[in-house]
Amino acid sequence: MKVAVIQFPGSNCDLDTLHVLRDVVKVNADLIWHKNFKDPNYDAAILPGGFSYGDHLRAGIIAAYSPAMTPIKEMAKQNKPILGICNGFQILVESSLLPGALLRNSGLKFVCKWTRLRVETEHSAFTGLYQKGENIRMPIAHNEGRYFIDEETLKDIRRNNRVIFRYVSENPNGAIDDIAGICNEDRNVVGLMPHPERASENILGSEDGRKMFESMLKWLN
Amino acid sequence: MRIVYLVEIVIGNKPQAKDPEGETIMKDLMHKSGYDCVKEVRTGKLLTVQIEANSEEEAREKVFAMCNDLRIFNPVAHSCKIEIRGKT
Repeated sequence: MKVAVIQFPGSNCDLDTLHVLRDVVKVNADLIWHKNFKDPNYDAAILPGGFSYGDHLRAGIIAAYSPAMTPIKEMAKQNKPILGICNGFQILVESSLLPGALLRNSGLKFVCKWTRLRVETEHSAFTGLYQKGENIRMPIAHNEGRYFIDEETLKDIRRNNRVIFRYVSENPNGAIDDIAGICNEDRNVVGLMPHPERASENILGSEDGRKMFESMLKWLN
Repeated sequence: MRIVYLVEIVIGNKPQAKDPEGETIMKDLMHKSGYDCVKEVRTGKLLTVQIEANSEEEAREKVFAMCNDLRIFNPVAHSCKIEIRGKT
């Protein structure tokens, strides 16, 4: 089993993600420069956080046209787990693998803090080991995290239980319906603004995020 | 003859999407400075493009197709206006 972590120019959570995969959940993982990622034969792929292409034009849009997205889309079709964390979520949205848009935070500031989240469904490639309704802690660090979607599609993703995480007690960025993470129809492509890789070891203040990576292994087994 | 047209692409948030930057400019700058007459401010992004085409119509069509093809705007959240501003 092998997981690919895709590195774009401006990714900065790539090494943290790689560390959690290799050293914490103990799975084979490769860090791959986006232009060199051509092989869809990996079992899963993670698009890490950061500021790909300096967030120019719109966070995630330029990376959405990277050659890496062709094998990523192929893997998504094959029902393999694809996770987009923060900037990775923005890339998944801009490449239409997930619906919606991530707009500038309503407070107009970069927000870097711990958040409380509610797990809304255990039915996805990255939440199988959580309990529905479980409250967890993960940090966020973003400027464009205000999830937005038109009313019709919002109704549709609610009806199909595609909201994966919601912010509880405080909505840090003005996201519609307190949405922090969603999945695609087939539930194998997941995107979220919080950083599970920064909450996978007790020494960092929480290990609530680790179960996302362990859930991925469960989905694959 | 091929002409280089000057085209402006204006990307803004759709009315359903809140525009906190526009609200801040209006409430905390304009209204606080006595410009109560301002009723709404919406912010956006302006791209000025020089494009070669045979006619104004073709320049507009090319820019429109490019904006959609490359998702220069996100159709879920943004509106996109294209205006020809002249020739170079």
